[in-house]
Amino acid sequence: MLPLREKLVRVLKLLGFLLCLGPLTLLVWKGFHDRLGANPVDVITRTTGRWTLIFLLLTLGITPLRKLSQLPWLIRFRRMLGLFAFFYGSLHLMTYVWLDKFFDFPTMLHDIAKRRFITAGLTAWALMLPLALTSTSGWIRRLGGKRWQKLHRLIYFSAAAAVIHFIWLVKADLRQPLTYGAILGILLAYRVIAWAVAKLRSKTSVAVARAGPAISE
Amino acid sequence: MLIKKSNDIPSSEITPKPAFLNRRKFITGAAATGAAIAAGLYLRGMDGNEAEAAGTKLAGIAKSPFSVTEQPTSFKDITNYNNYYEFSTDKYEPNGLAANFRTRPWTVSIEGLVRKPKKIDIDTIMKLAPLEERIYRHRCVEGWSMVIPWVGYPLSNLLKQAEPLGHAKFVAFETIFAPDQMPNQKRDVLQWPYIEGLRMDEAMHPLTILVLGLYDEVLPNVDGAPLRLAVPWKYGFKSIKAIVKIKFVENMPPTTWNIMAADEYGFYSNVNPTVDHPRWSQATERRIGEGIFAHKHPTLMFNGYGDQVASLYSGMDLRKNF
Repeated sequence: MLPLREKLVRVLKLLGFLLCLGPLTLLVWKGFHDRLGANPVDVITRTTGRWTLIFLLLTLGITPLRKLSQLPWLIRFRRMLGLFAFFYGSLHLMTYVWLDKFFDFPTMLHDIAKRRFITAGLTAWALMLPLALTSTSGWIRRLGGKRWQKLHRLIYFSAAAAVIHFIWLVKADLRQPLTYGAILGILLAYRVIAWAVAKLRSKTSVAVARAGPAISE
Repeated sequence: MLIKKSNDIPSSEITPKPAFLNRRKFITGAAATGAAIAAGLYLRGMDGNEAEAAGTKLAGIAKSPFSVTEQPTSFKDITNYNNYYEFSTDKYEPNGLAANFRTRPWTVSIEGLVRKPKKIDIDTIMKLAPLEERIYRHRCVEGWSMVIPWVGYPLSNLLKQAEPLGHAKFVAFETIFAPDQMPNQKRDVLQWPYIEGLRMDEAMHPLTILVLGLYDEVLPNVDGAPLRLAVPWKYGFKSIKAIVKIKFVENMPPTTWNIMAADEYGFYSNVNPTVDHPRWSQATERRIGEGIFAHKHPTLMFNGYGDQVASLYSGMDLRKNF
């Protein structure tokens, strides 16, 4: 018999999983009901792009949230959220490759080289790729906790590239991309502060054993 | 040529003829118009007390040889997907936000290097020349396009009213500044009011029209009512909406998007598949309404209007003058 809390977490994870599929389900439903507006490809591109960024920020939000709320089991949702970021990011990329460029690779290469917002977007996706591939428990074991964690800090750069991608593609009115940028800034600032606090505490070497585990991540 | 001819004829002789023609058309078309208004009100549920409200059928529209034969984009797509930054930077939002935009009273001031500066009322402008249907390709700088059945007449008809002087080389246009009605004008999304400009010969070109209607109806607010330009060989943002001022000047006037990003939006902004925009390839375009899996169309030089307008730019380096 599983303990009650384990059962609850599993149920929550299943619900969360279904919820994360919501944006895609809605998009597909709209597609079949002619509700994607005058420029469906544009809507698909923007929807998948926006959710990639949201899932990246949600993933990055787990650590601060579980520390501040003292709910350690929240960590169980991080991998799922991260993989959904990769999932929506891949849909976003596929929309570009298929529906926008129709697999015209020379044109895409030209785009990547010439248009900085495309360069930034592709960078954001490429940085997620190794994280998605090494997201399994097997890979954590194989790489070792420390190295795995180091590798997975690439998400900071991926999220930053995603925000820059958004900023660079907007013609005017930067409110939306800058809002995402500000949230990312807060999430990264939390880590810098946590790191600085940890550093300070270890230097003064007061109660290392007590402070250590709370801020090691 | 057009300018010279107009200067020979006093404006007092020009005005009555179209007005006269229009009056006749109005009488013959009165019944139909009445029925159309009723139908329009019934269908759209608008409070159209005013006969000029969007949705009112326009009578006596002549066909034009300048119209293209491609399938026009649906009324729904034309009125639900466009850039109108005064209302929103989202292309789906202006339709709702512009619904209550007031297009009466409305006067257009024609000033600058002219013999007769004028303030002309929109209802006078509506009757200034016979209305024509011009089915034009419309190419947005963002890489999408439509085929739009505009209703209007050559802009030159309006410009000639003020009798521009010989040293007027450019025409500057200005959109209304009405932050109480246009929510984005309260914020500095762009520099307001929106300003655009054309070279004199471009402004006087028979393809350049003053748009007053769409699909045989009074121009919907979302598309720039009560009057806008359509300059079909240029990217869409050159076709300024909701015009209140037209000024003849000697030097190239500043334009809004050029002020915003000079390396992205040139003064001319002629549709040109060989000159890439820093953000978008201009080689192809997505035709709105063709569906998710439709392939893009190759973009044509001068949006396919090269036969009529290429000569305006002979000898010019269109890479430099993009």
